[in-house]
Amino acid sequence: MRFFDGHLTVLIGLIITLMTAGAIVSDGNYLSLFNLQSMAGQVPEIGLLAIGVLLAMCVGNGGIELSGIALANLSGVVAATIAVSFFSASQDPEIFSLIFIVVALATGFLGGLLNGLLIAYLKITAILCTLGTQMLFIGLAVAISDGRSVRVGAPGPLYEIGNGLLFEIPISFLLFIGVACIIGFVLRYTPFGMWLMLNGSNPKAAEYAGFPKNKVIISTYTVSGILSSLAGIIIAARTINVKWDYGTSYLLVAILIAVMAGVKPEGGYGRVICVVLSAITLQMMSSMLNFMGLSNFIRDFAWGALLLGFLGIGRFRLLDLINLQKHAISASVRSPHAQK
Amino acid sequence: MSSAGTSNKPAPGHVSASGQLQQRRGLGDLIAKKPEMVTLGLLIAICIAVAIANPAFLQPSTLIDIGRASVVTGLFALGVFVILAAGGIDVSFTAIAALTMYSITLLAINHAPNMPIYVVFLIAVAGGIALGVLNGFLVYTLRVPSLIVTIGTQYLFRGGLLAFVGTTWIMELPGQMGTFGRISLLEFETANGATVSLPVYFLILPAAAILTWWIMRRTLMGRAIFSLGGSPDVTARLGYNVKIVHLFVFGYAGALAGLAGIVHVTANRLANPFDLVGTEIAVIAAVVLGGARITGGTGSVIGTMLGVLLVVVVDNVLVMVGIPSTWQRVFVGAFILLAAAFFVTRQRKFKPAK
Repeated sequence: MRFFDGHLTVLIGLIITLMTAGAIVSDGNYLSLFNLQSMAGQVPEIGLLAIGVLLAMCVGNGGIELSGIALANLSGVVAATIAVSFFSASQDPEIFSLIFIVVALATGFLGGLLNGLLIAYLKITAILCTLGTQMLFIGLAVAISDGRSVRVGAPGPLYEIGNGLLFEIPISFLLFIGVACIIGFVLRYTPFGMWLMLNGSNPKAAEYAGFPKNKVIISTYTVSGILSSLAGIIIAARTINVKWDYGTSYLLVAILIAVMAGVKPEGGYGRVICVVLSAITLQMMSSMLNFMGLSNFIRDFAWGALLLGFLGIGRFRLLDLINLQKHAISASVRSPHAQK
Repeated sequence: MSSAGTSNKPAPGHVSASGQLQQRRGLGDLIAKKPEMVTLGLLIAICIAVAIANPAFLQPSTLIDIGRASVVTGLFALGVFVILAAGGIDVSFTAIAALTMYSITLLAINHAPNMPIYVVFLIAVAGGIALGVLNGFLVYTLRVPSLIVTIGTQYLFRGGLLAFVGTTWIMELPGQMGTFGRISLLEFETANGATVSLPVYFLILPAAAILTWWIMRRTLMGRAIFSLGGSPDVTARLGYNVKIVHLFVFGYAGALAGLAGIVHVTANRLANPFDLVGTEIAVIAAVVLGGARITGGTGSVIGTMLGVLLVVVVDNVLVMVGIPSTWQRVFVGAFILLAAAFFVTRQRKFKPAK
């Protein structure tokens, strides 16, 4: 696989174009340190959810993850409720933050595991399963918090995760890049990553080859759940309150990011670096629309149009026109399933 | 079914065991062939349980409330059923309904306040068909899972509605749109003197259900739809025009969504552009609970209607048996998962050998 494939080139091109256009529209304010930091601070939550979608799509079986944002909010609500009732955020901020993070991650682990078990052993279709768990997670979050927002407060370490800077870069962004690197490495260089991708590109062959299919599916959705809870921690740290209905539009946006990054919805192909860049691109567009003073509804409209546009680009292989050499290479690698 | 009993002649001691096996086979066959019987059984069980816990449930007013509440969900569900049968899925139908109902209300107010109600319905259906056909065209041309396409069009339609058409509530409906929802089919007084009425618009649901049944079971298009859900490749080889089938299913679902939108407006006497979107999951759940497999090729109109009743009853009844409303989503979510798991494992276990 060549490093610069069509999607990567286009995404980098888009980012450069957006930076130039943004600077022109806003008289340079767009490229100010403050704006860049604020954009970088907003990428991680949605980026982590998008990586979760990437994993679910890549593993195949009609895989998709629709419960991501619901699980993120549930993790935040559960962790906040438990941490607040046992510890005080102002008296011992370290323990409070630690408990909060551990409980949130555990919730994400359990939620993801539930998805994985239902899909692998009960053979419920991923769409139906994650729709059901989405409702279950939202419902649990509502029931635990009584439908109100839960105040987390701003205990030292947790607040730092959401709002702190290291070398002028938001810590949450560094965390996101770190996690993305780990996932990217696992997908590319470990047997697990290979099983995951091959299972997605041809499930039948994977089964005959003796892959631990169920284990791969369960681990994939569990990792996806943990990523959701990480997003939940960052959301809680950034917004100080957690509520069950935070970020309802993230469901679409996470899928949009994955599709923009060239992840194949039918499974077997996806690159983490493209997802990271595509999340950054989307955040830059969103800020740009803000700078131009357009409403959120126009943004929703634009996201929908963009999703369909990128699906069209993927369908008609428009990006291959940029990289003519890729044709020869990919023709032999492509699975028969993906050719339809 | 009888093969289990005849092939191995049971020794006297084994009679009860094999008899039990035979009975379970029979049940399994029934579930595999008529999954809607399970839905019916569940519905009856829930109704009996609720009636014991709270006898107020058995009043005619409750039944009428449930009938009234199931019209919009039912119309949506019929559309989703047709799409599921063809092997797709749609989450944009609520956005189609919201967009058509709000635009038509605006149109009626600004340009034709005396428009007869049937013209309103015709325009709504036409608008729904146009948006639905766009969905079908995109799903067919882009060749990606219809879930992703329709998530995109949902945002497109709803974003377009809120960004370019309007965001304010319309409280004063024009002319016949305002009065249609109040015409009642039957009326009677309850014990405490309040009048309960079953509105005329309720009739739209059975009419749409019969039409859907006719299309799915009595026309070539219905055959093509089930066949497409079973195997797209074979369908194309049989000579069906797969593109036309795509356009038809999504267009039909769009038409029902447009209809549902207008019913929603006239029933509530209010056009709120923020309404409807967000109820997709409950509708899809209803269709799946009615026995349609999400992977396509199966399902029935009766099952879909039973699934709708089940979801509406569960929605309305939880409060009556003393489950706080905050727990409602937990129950519905768990219900979807349990039912899905039940259907999947049953169908697999008792599937006849191929």
